[in-house]
Amino acid sequence: MSFLEMLDIVNEEQMKQGKEGFAFDHDCREGICGMCSLVINGMPHGPDHATTTCQLHMRKFKDGDTIVIEPWRAAAFPVIRDCAVDRTAFDRIIQAGGFVSVNTGAAPEASTIPVPKADADRAFDAAACIGCGACVAACKNASAMLFVSAKVSHLSFLPQGKVEAKKRVLAMVAQMDKEGFGNCTNLYECQAACPKGITVDYIAKMNREYLGATVTYAEKVYGKD
Amino acid sequence: MILDSKIPGGSIEEKWTKHKFELKLVNPANKRKFTVIVVGTGLAGASAAASLGELGYNVKSFCIQDSPRRAHSIAAQGGINAAKNYKNDGDSVYRLFYDTVKGGDFRAREANVHRLAENSNLIIDQCVAQGVPFGREYGGLLDNRSFGGTQVSRTFYARGQTGQQLLLGAYQALMRQVAAGKVKMFPRREMMDLVVIDGKARGIIVRNLITGELESHVADAVCLCTGGYGNVYYLSTNAQGSNVTAAFRAYKRGALFANPCYTQIHPTCIPRHGDLQSKLTLMSESLRNDGRIWVPRKAGDTRSPDQIPEEDRYYYLEEKYPSFGNLVPRDVASRNAKQVCDAGLGVGNTKQAVYLDFADAIQRMGVAKITDEDPYKVPMRIFPAIHYTMGGLWVDYDLMSTIPGCFVLGEANFSDHGANRLGASALMQGLSDGYFVIPFTIGGYFAGTKLEKVSESDAAFEDCKKQTEERIHKLLSIKGHRTVNDIHRELGNALAALLTSSNSPKSSLSTLSIVKNLAVATSVKKARLRKAKQSAMTKTSATSVLGNTRATVSHRNSPRNLLPLITSTLLLGATNNERTEFDFEDLASEGCQDQSTMFLRTCPSWKCSTL
Ligand SMILES: Cc1cc2nc3c(=O)[nH]c(=O)nc-3n(C[C@H](O)[C@H](O)[C@H](O)COP(=O)(O)OP(=O)(O)OC[C@H]3O[C@@H](n4cnc5c(N)ncnc54)[C@H](O)[C@@H]3O)c2cc1C
Ligand code: SF4
Ligand code: FES
Repeated sequence: MSFLEMLDIVNEEQMKQGKEGFAFDHDCREGICGMCSLVINGMPHGPDHATTTCQLHMRKFKDGDTIVIEPWRAAAFPVIRDCAVDRTAFDRIIQAGGFVSVNTGAAPEASTIPVPKADADRAFDAAACIGCGACVAACKNASAMLFVSAKVSHLSFLPQGKVEAKKRVLAMVAQMDKEGFGNCTNLYECQAACPKGITVDYIAKMNREYLGATVTYAEKVYGKD
Repeated sequence: MILDSKIPGGSIEEKWTKHKFELKLVNPANKRKFTVIVVGTGLAGASAAASLGELGYNVKSFCIQDSPRRAHSIAAQGGINAAKNYKNDGDSVYRLFYDTVKGGDFRAREANVHRLAENSNLIIDQCVAQGVPFGREYGGLLDNRSFGGTQVSRTFYARGQTGQQLLLGAYQALMRQVAAGKVKMFPRREMMDLVVIDGKARGIIVRNLITGELESHVADAVCLCTGGYGNVYYLSTNAQGSNVTAAFRAYKRGALFANPCYTQIHPTCIPRHGDLQSKLTLMSESLRNDGRIWVPRKAGDTRSPDQIPEEDRYYYLEEKYPSFGNLVPRDVASRNAKQVCDAGLGVGNTKQAVYLDFADAIQRMGVAKITDEDPYKVPMRIFPAIHYTMGGLWVDYDLMSTIPGCFVLGEANFSDHGANRLGASALMQGLSDGYFVIPFTIGGYFAGTKLEKVSESDAAFEDCKKQTEERIHKLLSIKGHRTVNDIHRELGNALAALLTSSNSPKSSLSTLSIVKNLAVATSVKKARLRKAKQSAMTKTSATSVLGNTRATVSHRNSPRNLLPLITSTLLLGATNNERTEFDFEDLASEGCQDQSTMFLRTCPSWKCSTL
């Protein structure tokens, strides 16, 4: 039985007694949508390595264990109810620049943009982020650097994304700060909690890109101040 | 009602080009005067909302999840087809068209499928430009793999997460339009009803899933991109939020529903492991390319699989279909799995599974998580699972339902896959509809239609909202003893058993009685199933098993066809009434033929007061 199926039973029992169920987010239940989000025994997504809450199974626990369940905790992720939190801050960070500006119909023939296999693979590794927010929940500073750096890197590894890379990194980092996420102090807790194996190497890459962009590009976006 | 699919004249190759030219246009400066509602943010919804926003329309986008990026399309794994012929193996637009029509048992609407094949190449271009990290060759060019049901390599993929990467591409385009102010996002909303004024779709009623409040939203057109109804069967590969409310409410308002019996069963699912399971998970289909499916040759062979020598293994797909082998279309694979299990050759505790052996592929995918068995040592057990629904709301060539102004895109419509969908073609259809069809056809509708001014305070909106409120209130005030899940589970399991069984008349009846009993249990007092029983009696010969998804086509008046609708009704908003009358007399009487597609006439004459 999966962890969420266990919670379904808890909720069904509650309802049978006329009580309110307990609110938690979930959708795909196969580790890809990024909706499930529980801190289990102090660990975002629970004790299993590189596993989302929905893919955690009860066989990881022993009979009689006490299990403590909490929501993601971060100022930028206000709790809606019980364990459901508001993660729209992540959407706003993407809105700030996490895309390639290409309108439908304006694309060139696909094979005219060759991409070295190694770059395509690295871009994919970064793009595997499911936007769950476990990295934020794991960090004592509630930093969103792992999430933001994954998106920045995904696009900047590819020629299609390079055109806007500088503008993108500046805008996304600015939005991240505005949303109230904390700074990165190199604790690597995010990497340990991430269910998709996103590594802090991307944070380093993003920092380099950010620095470069501040020097060469920031004036254009924000003016001389 | 006369169904006019409005297929343009001319040869199949020139229909779409001709139609695009003939469609009336909306002047760029006037586009901002039109508001479009898009419900659902899967591939179809996200691509439509983004593209319409780019054109200048005002778009309101709704999704159940907390973020549009989490829509159900995210879970698709294997890939997306296109007729690029990069492999030089004889592919072409015409071959993709032909394979899709043939795979669908010649029941898809051919004009739509040809358009789909034409658009397939544009989709790949668009996605690559957005930064979708497709698999590549060492030379930097795009790689392809072959997929079930075809003999050319035309499937583009992004490891085992193609749906995720395509959806993130569309989501990014959508977020760009949100930032530009052309799309307004409404997450955590569930569409509860469609508002029809003067016969045209003019808005929706949604429930805010945080506050529980009902909201009215006005528009000039509504695009339903709400996915399929596989969850009617309780256990399926669909996400939990993939429900059929939106399509069902549209149907209640007069949008006709086509081919509800065409449900696709996926051959390689991880077998069910207990009664409290909430969903089924696929094993990657790409593994099937490397994997060989087998069962023991003799029934009752209890040896562990690694002890069974080659000569005692029955590689039934390879033996029966030598030219396709393990790559037969899904319906064939599923039907054969079911047949060997019915013949007593099934494996595992439940005897409802077959073995899949694969050597090298395993390293690439982490598959051991669900079953806790080590696939290095033991071949995996697999079994077919409900996966995709080819049926859906009827649409014409412009993707408009029988309610003017209500468009239906993606899995929610019925037009492109006939009786069976080929692998890697659902993603193609969602994106074709959203990126490259609706932007043209919606303009034709606006330019050729007079739209009166309406507002949220109009009587139609108020009434619709009130009806929704009453439905919810009634539902919530039943002092029942069973949970929604519990009822859904029983109904869905009964339906799934029926769908996959071969002795239909009897099991139809017993399923109907389960439906009936449940109806009673949920305080429904009267369920009149007289006519339904009769037609179940006269129904015979549905050819065997899982392929009933197709077989039922010749029995369109049979209850089996209607069951998905009945269940969805009971499940999704209908359990609230005091009185239910299923009067199949009215409902089952008229079937009609639309091109090569069977079509079930239902709606408004359904006398089911709860429906
Ligand atoms: C596990 C799996 C693997 C697959 N693999 C492949 C593959 O490799 N290749 C391929 O081509 N196809 C594949 N498919 C099929 C394909 O993913 C789907 O058919 C396709 O993504 C459907 O897209 P859509 O945009 O039509 O709908 P969806 O992506 O289903 O989106 C519909 C959305 O609408 C929302 N919604 C529903 N009702 C309402 C409502 N009332 N109010 C608000 N929102 C609502 C739902 O929550 C959902 O998120 C796969 C499917 C599954 C389940
Ligand atoms: S980086 Fe990892 S933990 Fe953070 S949002 Fe992405 S997948 Fe989740
Ligand atoms: S529910 Fe989708 S990732 Fe867990």
